[in-house]
Amino acid sequence: MSVRFYQVGSFAVGNRLVNRSDRTVQSDAERANSLTSGHRACQGCGEALGARYALDAAMRATGGQMVAVNATGCLEVFSTPYPETSWQIAWFHSLFGNAPAVATGVAAALRVKGRSETRVIGQAGDGGTVDIGFGCLSGMFERNDDVLFICYDNEAYMNTGVQRSGATPPAARTATTEAVGPQPGNSFGQGKNMPELAMAHGIPYVATATVADLHDLEDKVTRAMELHGARYIHILVTCPLGWGSAPGDTVKVARLATQTGLFPVFEAEHGEVVRASPIRRPAPVEEYLRLQGRYAHLFDAAGNPARPDIIAALQAMADRNIARYGLLETEAVAP
Amino acid sequence: MEKPFAITLEVGSSLANKTGSWRVERPVYVDRLPPCNNACPAGENIQQWLYLAEDGSYEAAWRQIMRDNPLPAVMGRACFHPCQTACNRAAVDETVGINAIERFLGDRALQEGWSPDPPGPSTGKRVLVVGSGPGGLSAAYHLRLLGHAVVVFESSPLPGGMMRYGIPSYRLPRDVVASEIARIASMGVEIVCDRTVDDLAQAMEDGRFDAAFLAVGAQRGKHADIPAGDSARILDAVTLLHETEDSEPPVLGRRVVIYGGGDTAMDAARTARRLGAEDAVVVYRRTRERMPANVDEVQDAVDEGVRLKWLSTIVGQAGEVLTIERMELDDDGFPQPTGEIEELHADSVVLALGQEADLSLLGGTPEITVDGGVVPVGADMMTARPGVFAGGDIVEGSRTLTEAIGHGKRAARAIDAWLAGRRLDRPARHELATTEHLNTWYYADAPHSVRPHLEVARRTSTFDEVVGGLDETTALFEARRCMSCGNCFQCDNCFGVCPDNAVMKVEEAHGYRFDYDFCKGCGLCVQECPCGAIEMVPEEI
Repeated sequence: MSVRFYQVGSFAVGNRLVNRSDRTVQSDAERANSLTSGHRACQGCGEALGARYALDAAMRATGGQMVAVNATGCLEVFSTPYPETSWQIAWFHSLFGNAPAVATGVAAALRVKGRSETRVIGQAGDGGTVDIGFGCLSGMFERNDDVLFICYDNEAYMNTGVQRSGATPPAARTATTEAVGPQPGNSFGQGKNMPELAMAHGIPYVATATVADLHDLEDKVTRAMELHGARYIHILVTCPLGWGSAPGDTVKVARLATQTGLFPVFEAEHGEVVRASPIRRPAPVEEYLRLQGRYAHLFDAAGNPARPDIIAALQAMADRNIARYGLLETEAVAP
Repeated sequence: MEKPFAITLEVGSSLANKTGSWRVERPVYVDRLPPCNNACPAGENIQQWLYLAEDGSYEAAWRQIMRDNPLPAVMGRACFHPCQTACNRAAVDETVGINAIERFLGDRALQEGWSPDPPGPSTGKRVLVVGSGPGGLSAAYHLRLLGHAVVVFESSPLPGGMMRYGIPSYRLPRDVVASEIARIASMGVEIVCDRTVDDLAQAMEDGRFDAAFLAVGAQRGKHADIPAGDSARILDAVTLLHETEDSEPPVLGRRVVIYGGGDTAMDAARTARRLGAEDAVVVYRRTRERMPANVDEVQDAVDEGVRLKWLSTIVGQAGEVLTIERMELDDDGFPQPTGEIEELHADSVVLALGQEADLSLLGGTPEITVDGGVVPVGADMMTARPGVFAGGDIVEGSRTLTEAIGHGKRAARAIDAWLAGRRLDRPARHELATTEHLNTWYYADAPHSVRPHLEVARRTSTFDEVVGGLDETTALFEARRCMSCGNCFQCDNCFGVCPDNAVMKVEEAHGYRFDYDFCKGCGLCVQECPCGAIEMVPEEI
């Protein structure tokens, strides 16, 4: 039979109607479970989910020949309270700011020992990537070291109590950008667009992904592991604690981030965008904001917009992304 | 033991940390009742046979239908598919074409010659079924499967009841009807035609029957009082359809008026067109929207050139001239006369004003009463006389083929229980699966596949079947549009989206089990389950 229609297509994790090889790594009962049960992440943690998604895909792509270097942050704290560990992979804890440099060192050491078939992944949250680790990361990119660096972006310093980072979006309430005054929450600044900064280094591969599209995330990790040199994947991971969203809404919130256009999902090679994921069910930013306590000050008690001006400014950001990456075109194109 | 510098404890796994203790609510797998199953008058487990058809297991799918309905090829054509009206997929794009898939499976079974499951061991009991329409045949089939000896008495020369004498052949080809009836007969059901039962009690005694199921149908057309001259050619729709099937079709003339707004009126009008009527006009006292006829049937009739004249009644007739009064709907939606009169020329008038049952066979069983034209029965379909059951058009209901099949099945199970001295308990129904339970993001976009229609020119000149079947590719595509509302279809979403790996794949039940040692109760699996097969329940304290 040549019916290429499978009920849930490639949206669901698995699909009994397609070949096993076409299903996700996550649907496999024998997946690596790189980050196993018993970790102390909050209920519905997007970072725990995103890390397992990414690392399980990398484990399959490398046949288990890999090592992960992990910056300090939520992901490290909730997974390895001494003397327990949730990691079922070779895993290395670095300082907050030096994970890219340590990953570089690990790759160099493996090369010296003639074990370059063992691949290296560096990973950190947005604080460890865009703020504290940025110098090391930029150096890693500039030297084109053979490391895949993954940023799990939950848009603030969540582990230490939800302080603003360079990746915190405008208007979001954090412990250090309170919802007070005429411009409540984080200010509308230039922002620090890490995927584009990575692209500016001209490295072989840069991609963005979210925990809402598993197939896309796994494809990108797999693609990254086929390449050598410096590679960067930026994964948006919902934080129920810091974002004030319901733990059960973790995937829904991430999905709305993509469907509103606030978080463009794309791939770039050598500094050029080669593909972007089109929006399937367009939604206004309001739908995304409403689900999150960090934007509660934009709405009144009845749920009506209290600050239509700020919502409009956020919508303008989304619209700019949609235009820039062609997110509403059937086959999204390069900007 | 030697440990590295500054290390005093052995490395341990976080599996020692049972995070399940954080939980205040726990996810549990549930089965909800899909709206298609809920709506099916025959009680088919539609979702289950679609599931089987989705991976090409057509025979298994057909056998699943056959557990409830012995006439899939017939019903895949003639059923008005309330399942599709109820289908949740309407909220995504269009409803699933369930009826067309049932037909595909029914036709495939006839082509391949699949035979029903063999009857169970003989019980030594004999059951009489009166009437070989869908209700009678359904009862006979189910009784035979349960091991009873079954004899069906049919007053017409051929079996099938309304499937043969009511529904025109362009909707339901007779070879399909004959083949599916032959399959039931091949199981050992004895069908005796040209055998009218005048006295039920006597017939049961003569044949030493332990129980009986009455499904004689509503075969007599109702008449209206139209003050008419003697040159008028007035006949009822049942007679028209019966004679068209059985003998010489009646001569209707060029201009035919059909009086009534139900499905039989549409059948009569379309038959009139095929018998040569150039102008077939349906006169109905309410509006098109309020016609009881199925909307698809009305559309097919209009496509074939049938004219509709609504808000009209026939108040008189003189020769070829009908007097028509225009009606108006009052605030309650009832038609009221306006006094406005017009004339309409007609060579004949076909009355399609509903049908009633001929229940004269109940003369010898006075305890079985007739109330408002129907025989009162209990939930088990038993009449006031123990051992005599009734169903189909002679009991209260929607008077459709599908409902008759459902009655036959229910009666057969009740008869089986009654014969064995058991009580029949109906299992409690599950909660209905609504669109609120679904996460439709996960379903691939796919519009409904339309069945091919015969071109109009051929439709109005022949009795060829109007609606075609789906080819295998299209049927498979259509089956895969099913969203499996309320019941797990193994998409692995719960297994994938759990941040705590607290979902395990297992062999039993739904294929998954929660690991409550580690489940933190976040509810992500519930939110991301496409079909609403998981719910959160409070933890017991």
